[in-house]
Amino acid sequence: MSNTNRILIAGFGGQGLLFAGKFLAYKGLTEGRQVSWLPSYGPEMRGGTCNCSVILSDEPVGSPIIENPDILMVMNRPSLDKFEPTVEAGGYIFVDSALIDRKVEREDVKAFYIPATQMASDAGFPTLANMILVGKIIRETGAVSYEDLMAGLKKCVSARHQDLMDANFKAIDMGYRYEG
Amino acid sequence: MSEKVLMKGNEAIAEAAIRCGCRHYFGYPITPQTEVAAYMAKRMPKIDGVFLQAESEIAAINMVIGVAATGKRVMTSSSSPGISLKAEGLSYLAGCDLPAFVVNVQRGGPGLGGIQPSQSDYFQATRGGGHGDYHMIVLAPDSVQEMATLTVKGFDLADKYRMTTMLLADGTMGQMMEPVSLDFDEPTVYDKPWAVTGTGCTREHNIVNSLFLKPEQLEVENVARYERYKLIEQNEPLWEEYMMEDADICIVAFGIAARVSKNAIAEARKKGIKVGLIRPITLWPFPKAPLAAAADKVKAFLSVELSMGQMIEDVELATRCKKPVYLCNRVGGMIISPAEVLAKIEAIAKGDEA
Amino acid sequence: MSIVFQRPHALTNAEFSYCPGCTHGIVTRLVAEVMDELGIEGRTIGVAPVGCSVTAYNFFNCDMVQAAHGRAPAVATGIKRSDPNNVVFTYQGDGDLASIGACETVHAAARGENITIIFINNAIYGMTGGQMAPTSLPGQVTQTSPYGRDVATQGYPVKVCEMLSQLDGATYLERVTVTDVKQVRNAKRAIKKAFQNQLDGKGFSLVEVLSTCPSNWGKTPVQSIEWLKENMIPYYPLGVYKDKGGEE
Repeated sequence: MSNTNRILIAGFGGQGLLFAGKFLAYKGLTEGRQVSWLPSYGPEMRGGTCNCSVILSDEPVGSPIIENPDILMVMNRPSLDKFEPTVEAGGYIFVDSALIDRKVEREDVKAFYIPATQMASDAGFPTLANMILVGKIIRETGAVSYEDLMAGLKKCVSARHQDLMDANFKAIDMGYRYEG
Repeated sequence: MSEKVLMKGNEAIAEAAIRCGCRHYFGYPITPQTEVAAYMAKRMPKIDGVFLQAESEIAAINMVIGVAATGKRVMTSSSSPGISLKAEGLSYLAGCDLPAFVVNVQRGGPGLGGIQPSQSDYFQATRGGGHGDYHMIVLAPDSVQEMATLTVKGFDLADKYRMTTMLLADGTMGQMMEPVSLDFDEPTVYDKPWAVTGTGCTREHNIVNSLFLKPEQLEVENVARYERYKLIEQNEPLWEEYMMEDADICIVAFGIAARVSKNAIAEARKKGIKVGLIRPITLWPFPKAPLAAAADKVKAFLSVELSMGQMIEDVELATRCKKPVYLCNRVGGMIISPAEVLAKIEAIAKGDEA
Repeated sequence: MSIVFQRPHALTNAEFSYCPGCTHGIVTRLVAEVMDELGIEGRTIGVAPVGCSVTAYNFFNCDMVQAAHGRAPAVATGIKRSDPNNVVFTYQGDGDLASIGACETVHAAARGENITIIFINNAIYGMTGGQMAPTSLPGQVTQTSPYGRDVATQGYPVKVCEMLSQLDGATYLERVTVTDVKQVRNAKRAIKKAFQNQLDGKGFSLVEVLSTCPSNWGKTPVQSIEWLKENMIPYYPLGVYKDKGGEE
């Protein structure tokens, strides 16, 4: 594992992609790493395609823009089509297979399929598919540690939504434990 | 040191401004800087401050003039098209010798342009923006931390020299989150005997004014202002030198372009090309001294900009064209990639660039 | 010997730059008298416009700011918001207030900004030499309406008090004139009320003063007064257009 993780999270607006990125950035920060978080912005926030770039590094972060992610998390088909070719060889692609009907075509990357949106819906927290995928990312890449997830969550769940902490934790845990 | 928090650049500006005593914010919504206004709208009412969404950019900058005239710290923020509208007020602020803090989170132009990051307001910012002979101090952050620290610095410089400081950022700087520490020293308090606070019928009335109908008097005003600018050019240039000790090629870049350039420098050095970076932090006053010094050591300069080539003119002036100055740029909201910068570096190293 | 008439304390001894016979001088003096009578000179900040009263900062003894063309209500907003205990007024002409500054005027009123605006309406641009103003009357000959203001191509005059009276934010709007002693006294009453409203925290007050411009109307001062009475008052009826404070 290199000492820099370049994580690109992409999908539709409203899927909690920015939040997922924010959690990873905060978790990295609590682990003493250098971090940056950069969203796409503009009209795509309103339901179009949306993405955010998170860099976790042991050294100062240069450009916050990610051209070749080593970790890609996708929650819609257009994002997989667009970003699959950009992933670094040997990198990871995490696919919400409940929403994306095709497989990763490249053979030089590690692909994981998690029906996150279905799982979230079944578990009673339909808005937390994002965090299920994050759990799987943690398990497979070790980009951030599974230990002390709450430390990261506390930082990015706003005070008035503290009731969501447990659900977020459960979602991450569910993804972490998902075999497939 | 306090715990670092993750903040968007735009929010870091707002919080830093509050922490250094700004209690008056006037603005008008425009992407990609709206978080500044949103943050102020939330915070100001809780700290007895004033947040006012003005009817236009023009009204906002004139409200800034009103508060500045009373001697209090005040700011506005906008993005490129909005700054053009504020240009009238920027000229009046200069003509009235009023301190103010103005943020431009740049987007692509001209006209309505786009909403993606750009650095194409360099000329507008460093040459003043409005009519008449004047300058603003222009600060160019390259991280969320600098968005905060240069805001604090900007308010101080504005008060110190009775002029506008502009924070010239771009959409990337405004939108990205990075860890930031918001511990600052207590701001220096400057005496403002010129402020309009009411005479109390105990002193002569103060007049804040930029009108001087007698040309000989207006000339005196202008010359005196430029004497002050001269001091600023001597005392206030800020820059970062990165891997310049042994550099054969010197990149000059600010803001997001400097961040991208650092990635390219790392790659170039892996290939044995000695590249360094001089990053102007003050765009006005432009850091001429380190560039003039570098001109005696390096073989070439490379200006990396998100414009059609604006800062490159200042690089050429500062280096007196002693060495070739090349341009590497993307515009319109496109952000240059490390690979593109690297390609240019390699071409220069090989002597392919002419 | 007792003094029966003297310069108000709030007026400096600077010579007015207004043309002979222009009613600006009367209104400027009335504002100063009101400042004296209310005892507010020491905490008043005035905003001068661009136009014939551009150098008003030299006439008033209180602290003064000179604003860009049309922006006085925005500048005044900043000053007032900086210290609401201070009294803030603008002194603007028709080009400044009703044309280039229409937006700032309307929104200061809409916000109910607690400031006082003295609006001189003389139906012409005075300082630039007599061009058509937003308040020039239909048919009025000016440098830029040499054949008379043609409403088909140059539009209709802006009736400021009527327009602002539609805004919930405006507190007090009155149109007065200064054509004779009685009207001057009435104008002073209105101006004083506009300042008193601010002291009482009642909000946006504007007094429109129908004024003359002998130089650019090409008339003697006396003819100008007559022209104002015969032409302007019928188009711009005098009176109170809104008095929210008074209704309470």
